[in-house]
Amino acid sequence: MTPLSFEWQWNVEYIIFFGLLYIALGVVSVGLVVVVIKTALQVFGFMRERHF
Amino acid sequence: MDSPLLPEGVKRCSPAKFLFWTLPWFLLLAWGGLSAFLCLYKGLNQTNMSNIFAFALWIVFDLAIIALGAGAFFTGFLVYIVGKKELKNILNAAVIIGFICYSAAIVMLGIDIGQPLRGWFIFWHANIHSMLVEVSFCITAYLMVLGIEFIPNILENRKLAEIREFRLFGHSLHHIMGVFAATGVFLSFFHQGSLGGMFGVMYARPFAAREGFYIWPWTFFLFIYSSIAAGPCFTILCTKLTELITRKKLVPNNAVQTLAKISGWLLASYMVLKIIDTLGWIYGVVPRAGLTFMDFFREGPYGVWMMVAEIIVFGVLPAIMLLSPKARESEGLLIIACLLNCTGIVFNRFLFIVVTLAIPVMPFDRFWSYLPTWQEWGIAMAVVGYGFLLFSAAYRYLPVFPKERELNPVTE
Amino acid sequence: MKKGSDQGKHKYGMVIDLDKCTGCGTCMIACASENNVSVRPDQSDKERAITWMCLYKITNGKEFPHTEVSYFPRPCMHCDNNPPCVSVCVATATKLDFNTGIVSQIYTRCIGCRYCQAACPYGSRYFNWWHAYFPKGKGLERYLTPEVSPRMRGVVEKCTFCHQRLMRAKNQAYAEGRRELEEGEYVTACAEACPAQAITFGDLNNHEHQVSKLSKHPYAFRLLERLGTQPKVYYMSSRDWVRRQAENLLPGEYKPVINKTWMEEEWSTRPGRDEF
Repeated sequence: MTPLSFEWQWNVEYIIFFGLLYIALGVVSVGLVVVVIKTALQVFGFMRERHF
Repeated sequence: MDSPLLPEGVKRCSPAKFLFWTLPWFLLLAWGGLSAFLCLYKGLNQTNMSNIFAFALWIVFDLAIIALGAGAFFTGFLVYIVGKKELKNILNAAVIIGFICYSAAIVMLGIDIGQPLRGWFIFWHANIHSMLVEVSFCITAYLMVLGIEFIPNILENRKLAEIREFRLFGHSLHHIMGVFAATGVFLSFFHQGSLGGMFGVMYARPFAAREGFYIWPWTFFLFIYSSIAAGPCFTILCTKLTELITRKKLVPNNAVQTLAKISGWLLASYMVLKIIDTLGWIYGVVPRAGLTFMDFFREGPYGVWMMVAEIIVFGVLPAIMLLSPKARESEGLLIIACLLNCTGIVFNRFLFIVVTLAIPVMPFDRFWSYLPTWQEWGIAMAVVGYGFLLFSAAYRYLPVFPKERELNPVTE
Repeated sequence: MKKGSDQGKHKYGMVIDLDKCTGCGTCMIACASENNVSVRPDQSDKERAITWMCLYKITNGKEFPHTEVSYFPRPCMHCDNNPPCVSVCVATATKLDFNTGIVSQIYTRCIGCRYCQAACPYGSRYFNWWHAYFPKGKGLERYLTPEVSPRMRGVVEKCTFCHQRLMRAKNQAYAEGRRELEEGEYVTACAEACPAQAITFGDLNNHEHQVSKLSKHPYAFRLLERLGTQPKVYYMSSRDWVRRQAENLLPGEYKPVINKTWMEEEWSTRPGRDEF
């Protein structure tokens, strides 16, 4: 799963597979961080509240 | 008693009635809990699986609910990426159904493996050439995405929405939901496909083996296709069932019709591809393995009728029904078409799993039979119980159907 | 992973002469006791019993007095070309060793998902449905091999070509200052125990070895060869009806072996015949 695990090989297959996986997980985590920051800014009044 | 928790402006039954309604589902859960305990404590000898039927009822259930739960990612795709706004009215329900299906599938898989405590080896010691690794990574990641998609709906609960931070968090989350939905589509594409790939790559099992493109056997693409053809129908079935039980109209007709129409087109084109694939298999893979199509059905209860039923009765027929506007608009026929479609996908998964394993490959090997034990049924039925419970609770306490108030004005 | 093990130095394999096999089952017993294979109080539960070496009985399907019986001892085939079980294993618990050609199984790594069992067409992988069990007080525990770990519940196990014997032979050779093993220094328990000497074991890559010569015999064949798994276990039979049962065949596909060959002084009598 990471270069620390025993099976890890530095080859194209590993880089594509885990690259895509970590990109997907990265997008999700960055999205969540952005939401948390936006919420915090709104809570503390640095940003206008959004309604829809 | 729980009235402060109920959504505003809608009618819900009394807490006692609700509790009574949940009883059978709790019973199913208890049955499943006992079965799970026995399987974990005493081992998988509690099941009727064997060295021949290494995959059995649970894997059929897993694959079936993952396919039926595909309505979540596909509806998300249609709403956020294609821009079918009318489907917003059914999206929450689709997400909850997806969440139920995926979380149940992961728990079932956890019980199904012989060494559940080593489950994390799949991730840590991953063999990236195994389709099942891709499945595991993607369904786990996608369950997280489904959780995120479910959160705004939970935070819309009347009590929770009173807390400003929660409300703002929910709104912000909702605002960038397209990003999560897109990631979900990506992840779903790969795990639905890899579930099919799992069987297509078993090149030494001629009943499942398929040719393909690069590293992906045709089943990879067919499983994606069939899941997005059947998933929306399962979402429709669940909302129709909710409407039947609550005796209310919950989703505007146009949303259901759009979904049914898309499902119809997908199913029709899937059937074309499936028939081509089956013919290619019968005249390609099968003779190359030294077999004829009929050789597969020499022994045992599984016959050609299953494949004919899967393609004609549970495939072509519902596709025609869903494509014909007249049939689609009749509630009864729509429900029948959706039922046939969903049964078809379960049949398809059953054929790939149980029938593949039931057919001996060595010419002198014999046919063995398999019937699940009550412990296996217990775990499978617990999924049904869990699904009903979670969906009922969500319906009761959350504004799952945005148009419910508009469609059912409270008169008194 | 995609590469065959031809590049490897050794390719251990076996040839089983089905004309010599009497179906006595000694190979199964020798295998089970060598490899600490757990038993069940009821061993007749064939769907869940563990038999790394399994004996199949086949008949020619004819009426008496033309009935003939033969046996197929079936260990793991140690497929040489992309073994079906290896590429599917989720936790990298099974590997094809390019230096020996042995398909190994790491029990402490296996999570018990059983995907390998589903992928294997030979049924040579076994799942531990129960905890390992050796009847107490019957002396069985005294026969356990100290070099072989017993398997825990919930993992898959399979024939390893008695890998511990390879290790032992290597250690011995090393102690004697040799780099290479002699023929016969490393043989599996089944090959050693067979009273009819039907099983020949050795290095298929070494042309001096008997197993390598036998595997090129016109009577030699492999199980389900056309699926492309390239098993390292070969069978031999002079009987057409036996050879025909090793493969799924479409009508007219079977070509009987009709040529007498350089090996005919070996145990076979007339080639290409259908009965004794």
